[in-house]
Amino acid sequence: MSSLSATIQKIFNEPGCAKNANKSDAERNKGCTKQVQPGGAAGGCAFDGAKIALQPFTDVAHLVHGPIACEGNSWDNRGAASSGASIWRTGLTTDMNETDIVFGGEKRLYKAIKEIVSKYNPPAIFVYQTCVPAMIGDDINAVCKAASQKLGKPVIPVNSPGFVGSKNLGNKLAGEALLEHVIGTQEPDYTTPYDINLIGEYNLSGELWQVKPLLDELGIRILSCISGDGKYREVASSHRARAAMMVCSKAMISVARKMEERYGIPFFEGSFYGIQDSSDSLRQIARLLVERGAPSELIERTEAVIAREEAGAWAAIEPYKPRFAGKRALLITGGVKSWSVVAALQEAGLDLVGTSVKKSTKQDKERIKELMGQDAHMIEDMTPREIYKMLKDAKADIMLSGGKSQFVALKAAMPWLDINQERCHAYMGYLGMVKLVEEIDKALFNPMWEQLRRPVPWEQVAKNRQTKVMAQMDAQAAEVAADPETTRRAKKVCFCKEVDLGTLEDAIRSHGLTSVEAVRQHTNALGGCCKRRIEDILAKMPVSSPPAMLQAAE
Amino acid sequence: MAIVTTPKKACAVNPLKMSQPIGGAFAFMGLRGAMPLLHGSQGCTSFGLTLFVRHFKEAVPLQTTAMSEVATVLGGYENVEQAILNIYNRAKPEIIGICSTGVTETNGDDVDGYIKLIREQHPQLAKFPLVFVSTPDFKDTFQDGWGKTVACMVEVLVESPAGGAERDPARVNVLPGCHLTPGDLDELRTILEDFGLKPSFLPDLAGSLDGHIPDEFTPTTIGGIGVDEVAGMGRSSCTIAIGEQMRRAAEAMQAKTGVPFRLFERLCGLIPNDEFIAFLSDISGRPVPAKYRRQRGQLADAMLDAHFHVGGRKLAIGAEPDLLFDLSSMLHEMGAQVTAAVTTTQSPVLERIGTNEVLIGDLEDLEELARTRNCDLLITHSHGRQAAARLKIPFYRAGFPMFDRIGAGHQLSVGYRGTRDVIFDIANLVIADREENHQPTPDSWRTSRQPLKPSRRSFIASTEESIA
Repeated sequence: MSSLSATIQKIFNEPGCAKNANKSDAERNKGCTKQVQPGGAAGGCAFDGAKIALQPFTDVAHLVHGPIACEGNSWDNRGAASSGASIWRTGLTTDMNETDIVFGGEKRLYKAIKEIVSKYNPPAIFVYQTCVPAMIGDDINAVCKAASQKLGKPVIPVNSPGFVGSKNLGNKLAGEALLEHVIGTQEPDYTTPYDINLIGEYNLSGELWQVKPLLDELGIRILSCISGDGKYREVASSHRARAAMMVCSKAMISVARKMEERYGIPFFEGSFYGIQDSSDSLRQIARLLVERGAPSELIERTEAVIAREEAGAWAAIEPYKPRFAGKRALLITGGVKSWSVVAALQEAGLDLVGTSVKKSTKQDKERIKELMGQDAHMIEDMTPREIYKMLKDAKADIMLSGGKSQFVALKAAMPWLDINQERCHAYMGYLGMVKLVEEIDKALFNPMWEQLRRPVPWEQVAKNRQTKVMAQMDAQAAEVAADPETTRRAKKVCFCKEVDLGTLEDAIRSHGLTSVEAVRQHTNALGGCCKRRIEDILAKMPVSSPPAMLQAAE
Repeated sequence: MAIVTTPKKACAVNPLKMSQPIGGAFAFMGLRGAMPLLHGSQGCTSFGLTLFVRHFKEAVPLQTTAMSEVATVLGGYENVEQAILNIYNRAKPEIIGICSTGVTETNGDDVDGYIKLIREQHPQLAKFPLVFVSTPDFKDTFQDGWGKTVACMVEVLVESPAGGAERDPARVNVLPGCHLTPGDLDELRTILEDFGLKPSFLPDLAGSLDGHIPDEFTPTTIGGIGVDEVAGMGRSSCTIAIGEQMRRAAEAMQAKTGVPFRLFERLCGLIPNDEFIAFLSDISGRPVPAKYRRQRGQLADAMLDAHFHVGGRKLAIGAEPDLLFDLSSMLHEMGAQVTAAVTTTQSPVLERIGTNEVLIGDLEDLEELARTRNCDLLITHSHGRQAAARLKIPFYRAGFPMFDRIGAGHQLSVGYRGTRDVIFDIANLVIADREENHQPTPDSWRTSRQPLKPSRRSFIASTEESIA
């Protein structure tokens, strides 16, 4: 395992990673992901990451060496798309049992490789190490080497057992496996000055095919895509590309950097999410290719395509802008670069009330600030409870996130859109942007939301019953108020001190008052302008002797 | 009748099986305020979580002790302790259910011992319900994990009634197998209540994963049976166990509380439901409500209408033993031929399946058998979709996981009504297939259907829709 830990250390020291460059030596050695907390973690393991990164190679057999959990619980769960081969979707595992744990699983692994070759004869087999065989010391490197020699077929060990770290680390270990065992092992049939590599693009929902026609139109050939809809032969001969684009992900940076180092392939980091980003990326590709010797007219042609596509996309988005005015979106994403989506959503006229920056670098954050202004609400880490509260309190109109947090939004009866790997729509390129806007519109304006948020009528019925009772009581009070006697008594006599007839009558009756002076003493009445009225009242009231008790008190 | 065989392959292709720990975690999801915890590396939890979320389309509580390489070497005490404390403090659960995995079983973590220590170290946890189940990945399957976990819950959570304590004659325990959906449990609850019985389901997925929208956000399960109700299950008059996998739990219940049990191996089909309803009528002392007499009639009519379509069909079925036994028997009784049967693990019910051979294997085996034996109806979980596309035969999704269709939690198969629905669904698939793929043409009588040849090249070359 020493070689594995050495590889991991090397990955942690990746000089090409901007985030890494800002760290101290000690911090760097700790690695780039936070130590996960038992009982508070939600991410995948290193094996998961390695599998995600490599499984989109469609003509390769992906064999998982481990007990049933690793493959049995997870196979065929990715939305990557293939233009041909289907062997990549076949779940292959050694399904280690108790006996293998006791006696070692190497023999079973070798037999499994042999079975795959004889049954499917794929151009290559990737063998994934998992925790249990790593613990018991199965040496998959040795087995793969022996199998390669005996069977005359590339058998590539991917040493990334789950417990060494996070999904992100697994992505990187997968890249290391490609660099060590695959890239540069074959030669392409022919090369052109327009050959590029796409690194870190997985062709989810076939979205690469939304960009590929533009590249085809420009005469740019994707020599190899690592790994979306990729073929083994393509990646093995990818070292002959003229330029490379690292798509939207830091995970594969070491592949891009080392290919630059070893084979002199310049790369840039770009994204096809959003109109602006797509244009930038096409420009960069053209620029790099021209620098590497392609005819310079490529740049003009690229600009022409960009101008046409941008105009088309803007025109398609335009009708949505008034609809989106004042609508607020909350963006919670790990994988996709936040700023590229932020820019895209702003292009469509949405207000962003917050975006997660969990995996963003300092530069990424700067860019977000640039886009969203200084008061940008950047969320480092938000618990589901907080997200739920934010949505329930209607601080946002729609949430865009990965599949795992979707129910937080949906259960708060809030529109939600999947922008992570399990999604089933393609959002890349100019077309993709329009698609994203369409999807947001569909989600926001679905008439369903109004029905779901409406209070249940039977609860209304219960409430109505309550209000009915209340109303009855109010009505009774009103009836009392409507009594002629009450109305008569409520008549103001002294307007200055607001004393009504009833109060005066009561005072006169109970104290047996006879003069205006006496009334003035017993009540608040001033007896000024109302003197005449009080005299009238006294005259009307029969003179009665005051109750004995009160008399005694006086 | 059937001989159970195991193929000698080193490489499982397109697994039918899922692992034991997530079966265990699944059982804990039927408890109220529960947080299932897998003692293993992050991925063990993350894969299981994704699978449940895709099946139920619900938020699913499932945590991990996040074992690192170093922790695996040094032992996982600290990880278990931290995980329990973190969950206890943050999620405020009513119970934490712990399942071990391949990693922690290989290094031999003594979790029962850990729990004792943790209770001593942290007095606030002294009485807190913690249930641990040993569920190594490299042994047994999903169904076994479920069965073992329910048995463990009974042993740990159910209280032995005090001597001379009165039993409640109306109260009944129900121990459902993992092949029943939340919809099935709700149907059973209605049936039992119609007989005036008060059922307690352990576990009760209908309370937690039926899709209802809670008023408040909770990180734990949003419903299910409460720990207090489980504790009182010893006062019930009897236990109904559904599926052979629940025998262990039912026996544990009887041993601990003396409550007798009756095990129903199946609840899909006419005869099994006749027995079930008769039993309920017997224990409740009430006549069968008119509603069920009518439902029985409806099922009988459904069988009459569907037998034209289902009769003679050559069925290829892959499922865990109890579900396999249940569905294949029902279809066998409808005149279908169980031509290929593949399952995941040993079970006493397998040899009683109405076929010659039951294979403990994977979906490749099932596909191969279906191809060579010309099967024309496929039943398995969603992972069978690739095989179905290649075989081009009608495909009925049953079991866990069902991630490429919605409403998995409400697919009904128990009772007269559930059986009726299953029969209609399958018959309609067959009818649709005939309309779409087997319309007669002037020439169709000339060439009788050629059996599809088992061809390995076509397996790889076949291009099907690969977007999920």
